[in-house]
Amino acid sequence: MAGSSCRNGAGLLSKSGFGRGSGLSDPKLKRLGLHDLHTALGGKMVPFAGYEMPVQYPAGVMKEHLHTRSAAGLFDVSHMGQVILRPKTGMAALALAFEAMMPVDVAGLAQGRQRYGLFTNDAGGILDDLMFANRGDHFFVVVNAACKEADVAHMQAHLGAVADVQYVENRALLALQGPKAGDVLARLIPETATMRFMDVARPVWNGVELWISRSGYTGEDGFEISLPDPEAEPFAKALLAEPEVLPIGLGARDSLRLEAGLCLYGHDIDTTTSPVEAALTWATQKSRRTGGARQGGFPGAARILTELASGPTRQRVGLRPETRAPMREGTELFTQSGDPVGSVTSGGFSPSVEAPVAMGYVLRSNAAIGTVLMGEVRGKRLPVTVCELPFHPTSYKR
Amino acid sequence: MKYTEDHEWLRVEGDLIVVGITEHAATQLGDVVFVELPETETMVASGDEVVVIESVKAASDILAPVDGEIVEVNAKLVDAPGLVNDDPLGAAWFFKIKVDDLAVLDQFMDEDEYNDLIG
Repeated sequence: MAGSSCRNGAGLLSKSGFGRGSGLSDPKLKRLGLHDLHTALGGKMVPFAGYEMPVQYPAGVMKEHLHTRSAAGLFDVSHMGQVILRPKTGMAALALAFEAMMPVDVAGLAQGRQRYGLFTNDAGGILDDLMFANRGDHFFVVVNAACKEADVAHMQAHLGAVADVQYVENRALLALQGPKAGDVLARLIPETATMRFMDVARPVWNGVELWISRSGYTGEDGFEISLPDPEAEPFAKALLAEPEVLPIGLGARDSLRLEAGLCLYGHDIDTTTSPVEAALTWATQKSRRTGGARQGGFPGAARILTELASGPTRQRVGLRPETRAPMREGTELFTQSGDPVGSVTSGGFSPSVEAPVAMGYVLRSNAAIGTVLMGEVRGKRLPVTVCELPFHPTSYKR
Repeated sequence: MKYTEDHEWLRVEGDLIVVGITEHAATQLGDVVFVELPETETMVASGDEVVVIESVKAASDILAPVDGEIVEVNAKLVDAPGLVNDDPLGAAWFFKIKVDDLAVLDQFMDEDEYNDLIG
């Protein structure tokens, strides 16, 4: 083979991983309450959603990922938005108004339980995904960091007449995830042992009230724990002192949620994707569907109910590249005869599967499990098979 | 041993230059999960992307440090990309390149100069 390559490269350490290239010098970057703990633990800090966040600790992404799958990992997710919706005229009125923002059953959510929700727009696109909990006399909501200001304004506009929308300042949010998370947390807080998946509770630890849900975003059993900033460091240190627990950065958080088939807002879902296209139909309970007790009445209902009935034109699927080459976000997908059918929205190497995995959107005609497509990686079209999600089985304590 | 600003090490072996990446680069990249090597008997120019290396975090390139011909590649890395993290200065060499004149190495850093760069 003669001649030289026409590609002229950017070099070894110049391309982006998480946050690389944008630097930490941006004065607008906010610091987490646990910043000093992260740096003391050897965390490599990168910019993410307006914060300096630990992307990894000295163990590295691969070990952190596998440790979370085999023992327990502690994540700082304090960048996410915590919001309390306190009713002005009763929980029932608030539940119905909140429900009118989402294709989700809010009114039917029992006290002490949490549920996954989606804010939609009038076109049926997704403004954000969130978790909300019925805490008896109010709702507690957790939203994505990058969307939190818009979400608060959105809730204020839609719920202002029936609720005080209170952004929660000065509380950290930690996630403890993995098969040993239950044992570890029960050692510190025995009453968490009886919580089931998606239960919420407010036990006291060292004199402070913790807001705990048995949930997370890794596919593992685990908890998310909100607590006052001053208590976050002693609590995190108490967890890290348990032999099963390692600190885990954003890098492994991303590979864990990808293996679990969970969407990352701004990548796998956004204002251009509907919940049905995103294969999030499980989030829309029967009561909100056509023929349900409180059918429709949410933004984008016309499109979303139509897609529920007759299927979307494209949908999110799992993808298994057949070679060792990872297919990352933006990889274009084609049929074997060369017709474009979609693209990858999240992709990388799966430490648990020990192979590359991806998710993306393809035309429904090409979305059947087992369909072999071609993904274009650096100019070469490589085979990739449509597969079921998740890539790694979930292990929630139901 | 010589070093490039792109974190490659260059070692002379007979009339060839062996190319790998430094320990610093391997650490920064994180766990390497994929390596794509060039074909042998390929003529390359300095700055060409000749190797694709992917870690759990991102894809990167190794550039040809000099003009020459790729005469041998380390095929072991394709099946065992983790060697790049385990032994970056030894078993995980990437390719051997034949140049007209080994004096081309004079332009690159020695170990002290490289350590200053990454210091």
